[in-house]
Amino acid sequence: MPPGEPLLRPDWVVNNLDVIGERLGEHLGMTATAVGVGFVISFALALMIRRHRALTTAVIGAAGILYAVPSLALFAFLIPFTGISFVTAEIALVSYTLLILVRNILLGLESVPPDVLEAADGMGYTSRQRLWRVELPIALPIIVAGLRIATVTTIGLVTVTSLIGQGGLGYLIVVAGINAFFPTAIYVGALLSVALAVAADALLLAAQRRLTPWSSARGGTA
Amino acid sequence: MTLIDELGAWLADPTHWTGPDGMVTRLLEHVALSGACLGLAIAIALPIGLWIGHTGRGAAGVIRAANIGQALPTLGVIGIVLPLTANIEPYGFDLIPSIVALVALAIPPIVTNTYAGLRQVDPEAVEAGRGMGMRELQLLRLVEVPLALPSVLAGLRISAVQVVATATLAAVLGAGGLGRLIIDGIAQQDDAQLFMGAVLVAILAIATELAFAGLQRIAISPGLRGRVQAARGSAADV
Repeated sequence: MPPGEPLLRPDWVVNNLDVIGERLGEHLGMTATAVGVGFVISFALALMIRRHRALTTAVIGAAGILYAVPSLALFAFLIPFTGISFVTAEIALVSYTLLILVRNILLGLESVPPDVLEAADGMGYTSRQRLWRVELPIALPIIVAGLRIATVTTIGLVTVTSLIGQGGLGYLIVVAGINAFFPTAIYVGALLSVALAVAADALLLAAQRRLTPWSSARGGTA
Repeated sequence: MTLIDELGAWLADPTHWTGPDGMVTRLLEHVALSGACLGLAIAIALPIGLWIGHTGRGAAGVIRAANIGQALPTLGVIGIVLPLTANIEPYGFDLIPSIVALVALAIPPIVTNTYAGLRQVDPEAVEAGRGMGMRELQLLRLVEVPLALPSVLAGLRISAVQVVATATLAAVLGAGGLGRLIIDGIAQQDDAQLFMGAVLVAILAIATELAFAGLQRIAISPGLRGRVQAARGSAADV
C-alpha cells in the first residue's frame, strides 16, 4: 500500500456510489441465479432419489465430491471448456449448492411424521397433492435452513469469481482494491459482502418464520 | 492444440516438476501453510471450545460470534487485513493476511463442534466422575473429552478440508501454494498449468478429508463408533 494512503476515503465512496451499486447488483444477481438454478436441480434430484432409493449414494456421493473441490480449482477445471466467463462462474457456484440443498430437501421430507402421511392417504390425496399440500409445508423449515446455508456460502464464493473476471463485490476487493493498492475499494467490497451474507441469512429466516408460523425457530436449524 | 496435448507438453518439462516454481515446491508450500494455519487455529479454538463446553459460561456469545465468523468471505478477510499489515516487512503483504484469514476460517467449526460434543456428554457420566473424586481437569480429560471425541474430530476435519481448499486464495497476494499454478495459469493463459494446479488442490483436499476420516476411525473409542456417523451428518451442515 502506498505510504500515507488512508484506509478509507469517504469522498471516493460518495463519488463512486453508482459503481458500488452496480457491483452490489451483480453480486446479488450471480447469487440469486446460482441458488435459484441450484434449487431447481436439487429439488428434481431429491424427488428422483425418493422414487429410486438406490440413487441416494450415487447422487449424494457425487455432490459431496463436487463440494470438496476448492472453488478456485473448480473454476480452473472449467476454464479450458467454458472460458473465463459468467457461465464458468455459475456452473461452479451451482455445483456447490447441490450437496447442501439436496440433503436438506431430503431431510425435510423425511421429517414428515408417518401418521401424517397416512392421514393424507386416508383422505384420498393423490401422491402429488400429498407432496404439495402436506409434505412440503412440513418440510419447509429444514428446506429453508438449507437455502440459508447455500445462500451465505454462495455470497462468499461470488467474491472468488473476481479471479476469473466476474465477481460482483469481489471485483472491488481484488481488481479495484488489492491489485490497485487501494484500501478503500477493498473495505467497501469486503464489508458489503459480509453485510450481504448476514442480511440474506436474516431475511430468509424471517421469510421462513412468516411462511410456517407453527414451527418453532429451532426447527429451522437442522 | 487440445488440452490433452498441452498437458502432455507441460508435464514433459522437468522444471514444471522440480523447478523453483514447480509442482513439488508449490505442493510443499501449500501443505506447510495449511498445516501452520490449522495448528494455530487448534491452539486458539480448542481451549475456547473446551472451556465453554465444560463450564457453559459465555457459550451463547461465543457460538453466535462463531456463526458470524463462518459467514465471512475469506477474500473479504484477506482484503480487510492486507492494508493493516502491508507495510510489515517481509510477510505483511502476502503471508500474514493469508494466515489471519485461514485461521479465522478454521476456528469456528472447531469451537462449535467441540462445544456441541461436550454438551452431548451424558451429565450422569460427569456426575459419576465427580463422585469418584475427579477434579475438573481430570473430568475433562478422562470423561468428557473421550466421550466428545467424535464431534471434536468432526470439527477438525471440516476445518482442515476448508483450510486446504481455501489456501489456494493466498496466491491472490502472491504467496506460494498450489493456488499459484492456477492464478499464474489464468494470467499466462496457460490452461495446462491451471488445470494441473486444480487437479493437485482437489486431490489434496480429498486426501485431507480421507486422512481425517481415518483418524476418526482410529482415535475413537470402540464403544462410541455408532455415534461417528451422527456427528458427521450434523457437522457438515455447520
